[in-house]
Amino acid sequence: MTSVVEMAAAVRRGELSAVAIIEQHLSRIDQDEADIHAFNLVMADHARARAAEVDGMVARGEDPGALAGVPVALKDLICTRGTPTTCSSRILEGWVPPYDATVVSRLTEAGAVFVGKTNMDEFAMGSSTENSAFGPTRNPRDLSRVPGGSSGGSAAAVAAGFAAIALGSDTGGSIRQPAALCGVVGVKPTYGMVSRYGLVAFASSLDQIGPFATSVADAALALDTISGHDEADSTSLPTDSARARENLGRGVEGLRVGVIAELAGAEGIAPDVAARIREAAEALAASGAKVEETSVPAVRYGLSAYYMIAPAEASSNLARYDGVRYGLRKPGADITEMYMATRSAGFGPEVKRRIMLGTYVLSAGYYDAYYGKSQKVRTLIIRDFEEAYRSFDVLLSPTAPTTAFELGTKTSDPLTMYLSDICTIPSNLAGHPAISVPFGTGDDGLPVGAQVLAPAAGEPVMFQVAEVLEAAAAAKGGGR
Amino acid sequence: MSQSGQAIQSSDWETVVGLEVHCELRTQTKLFCGCRNAFGDEPNTNVCPVCLGLPGSLPVLNEQAVEYALRIGAALRCRAQRSLFHRKNYFYPDMPKDYQISQYDVPINIGGWLELPSGKRIGIVRAHMEEDTGKTTHIGGGGRIHQAGHSLVDYNRAGVPLVEIVSEPDMRSADEAREYVEELRAVLVAAGATDGKMEEGSLRVDCNVSVRPQGSTDLGTRCEIKNMNSLRSLARAVAYEAERQIELISNGGRVDQETRHWDEADARTHSMRSKEEAFDYRYFPEPDLVVLDPGPEWVAAVAASQPILPAERRARVAGAAGVPASSEAVATVVRLELDGIIGAAVMANADAALALRRLANEVAGELAEGDKGALDADAFIGLVLMEQQGELTSAQARTVLKVLVAEGGDPKVIAVRLGFEVMAAGALAEVVDQVIAANQREWARYAGGDDKLAGFFIGKIKAATGGNADLRAATQLLQQRRAAQEA
Repeated sequence: MTSVVEMAAAVRRGELSAVAIIEQHLSRIDQDEADIHAFNLVMADHARARAAEVDGMVARGEDPGALAGVPVALKDLICTRGTPTTCSSRILEGWVPPYDATVVSRLTEAGAVFVGKTNMDEFAMGSSTENSAFGPTRNPRDLSRVPGGSSGGSAAAVAAGFAAIALGSDTGGSIRQPAALCGVVGVKPTYGMVSRYGLVAFASSLDQIGPFATSVADAALALDTISGHDEADSTSLPTDSARARENLGRGVEGLRVGVIAELAGAEGIAPDVAARIREAAEALAASGAKVEETSVPAVRYGLSAYYMIAPAEASSNLARYDGVRYGLRKPGADITEMYMATRSAGFGPEVKRRIMLGTYVLSAGYYDAYYGKSQKVRTLIIRDFEEAYRSFDVLLSPTAPTTAFELGTKTSDPLTMYLSDICTIPSNLAGHPAISVPFGTGDDGLPVGAQVLAPAAGEPVMFQVAEVLEAAAAAKGGGR
Repeated sequence: MSQSGQAIQSSDWETVVGLEVHCELRTQTKLFCGCRNAFGDEPNTNVCPVCLGLPGSLPVLNEQAVEYALRIGAALRCRAQRSLFHRKNYFYPDMPKDYQISQYDVPINIGGWLELPSGKRIGIVRAHMEEDTGKTTHIGGGGRIHQAGHSLVDYNRAGVPLVEIVSEPDMRSADEAREYVEELRAVLVAAGATDGKMEEGSLRVDCNVSVRPQGSTDLGTRCEIKNMNSLRSLARAVAYEAERQIELISNGGRVDQETRHWDEADARTHSMRSKEEAFDYRYFPEPDLVVLDPGPEWVAAVAASQPILPAERRARVAGAAGVPASSEAVATVVRLELDGIIGAAVMANADAALALRRLANEVAGELAEGDKGALDADAFIGLVLMEQQGELTSAQARTVLKVLVAEGGDPKVIAVRLGFEVMAAGALAEVVDQVIAANQREWARYAGGDDKLAGFFIGKIKAATGGNADLRAATQLLQQRRAAQEA
């Protein structure tokens, strides 16, 4: 498959038509989407019209931009003006955003062509895309397996060739874990690197939009396109872009890589996954990096803190779905009954579980013990990472503890499901960037992801290392 | 400590009042978005994804609102600090996000005071920023949400910037509570932060009322009273609530901490919700906003551009007129914004004390609240000069002033029109001499030191001149004649 970098360059030169590209992707969708269910909505007519528009610009001698004609799938919690945005929830039934998310505007300005809105765990709460009100997405590598989640539809869309790039959102691993399980590249940028304006909030202090792609270079181009300061997001960083491509091609000679002991060989990490991460570390060492095991002690408490903070924020963020202004409304005898009927019917069980958990965490008398303490853990994690980054340029760990699991195997046990994010959550709590790169396969022949973690705004070195891992995986023949 | 068997004596009890005043800031746009901040527009026209709380929208803080909040803090002698926004979570249909972005334990302004015209200082706990809610109209069911047939919501007000000013429980009566709100309103308007229109909801007051035995220093259990729409209803509500609590305690009962609703028509407060039913707002720091740290430079710039506040204006008037700053006349003149005239009077060598008396008594009485400032300062000062130079008696001056306030015009012309011919000093002396000559016996007694007879002669002079004499000048002439005779 052509890379996004080459694809856009060819379109800009007039050597490749955007319409031809989109037809190729739409035919893949026609062929496989019924089995995979990556999308809540395929925007075929819009995509064709938009591709023709891009070709028209090229024909008139105008430059459509860095992603000219590139088919992009959007996770269905990114607002698109005039196109429904459901968050895979019944509660947003009938709602059509009157505005575009900042990332949507930026992709449009760069000449991208939107293919559709991808399936997800309802309101991004889940790790398997089984919590969707519209049915699960299946893993293109093995249809009996989950694609991971919550951005499972986006990961699957890229893995299945439905889109060259997909955007997801990552609150505790929702981009990286499905990327690992589907065998694609997935990036969680530094908090504030990509505007959240138009991203339907799950946990505001943790949410971050990022790209999926089939290569590190493509992911870097996508991230550079969507990142940079946005005055509509107060938490947006004062920077022009993530500069993800800045260090590409430089190799890792002399870089210091720390393998996180608490995550790499910990209990719960499958032996085949742990073996691939050891090999990834060896590959970096063979490429000239200085690789050592290191300790980031506080990451052990990450999962617990996350399941206080994220539900707490979610309980507040999801309060607005009350049936008053938009979306689903179920009648009730008075306002309170209307609220209860609407929210009971509109939210799925996992969303209700987290709203209740978060409401409890913030309650008078419990705040200090739960929310307050979790914020202290967050501070500790940041401190321990800072300590580690005094000795290392990047850190390495598995992305997910196992390869893709079979549908239905974890749905009845939320705690086991929550453990899927044990390696990815610390980066969200710290606000740091991390990337998942496919690195070989497990004993079941399914993809394993290696996670490269970097300090805040450390995207240049993170992509630099990720690119070397990608090359090493390809050389081993165990890559994608 | 039962009081049964004793008559209820309100005078044995002290009322304790603390107030929470919500002030709408007069910014061009709302607190977190670019929508117009305006009262009275067509419902739901000043709205956008942010103030409607649509999924995915995010707040961006309005810098002008922070400036106004800092100005309010400075005017209330508060300390500005690095502050945080929190979310206050509760469900209500006029609150688009079902949480309100407010400041909680780290507000932008803390620890100040407001000086009342009486000279008493009321402590200010905090003056923090928050967003307003929309406005709900319940149709049917007596205007209450749970009985309403349906409700209409206007989100134009949702997201309008507010500063909430929380006082210490330093007020001791309904009148003092009213005085505080009047003074606070004047200060907020002077600071340029609000239009102060209570009738449009620009200023909204909640009060906490408790009572305690006179001499006690412990605070009683308080009730929070909501829904007072005017200064008058505030004063009535405080008075009613204090009486209710005194009667309750005196009959062996106990005040429960609760929120009560003032019913203007009934002139009573009703229980809205008890402490147990109080909302758990689940405050937590607003993750969509960053820390608000105005920094020393901004705070200093605000302090440097501080406008003249009512207390300082009262001091100036008091100084010019030679009366105490706490006097009612001074407070009245400043409240009606007539104090500029005192300054102009001083410049014109007019008698400032006389001007103050005339403004505080006659002018204040004549001016309707809405027409303040309509008085022509030059004409008024001209009239004061006429009176102090004896061209008009004080009774005549008051009559001319009445016409001046009602119709405007030149005081000299008005005086002539009213027939207040000003008597030349020579003509008056002639009348005085004629009266003395005609009443020799009485004159002898007056000249011999019987001052009671001064009134007799003034009466005669008044009669002889048809009331047009300057009586002070006449008195002076009588004294001069007596002194001449003694010499």
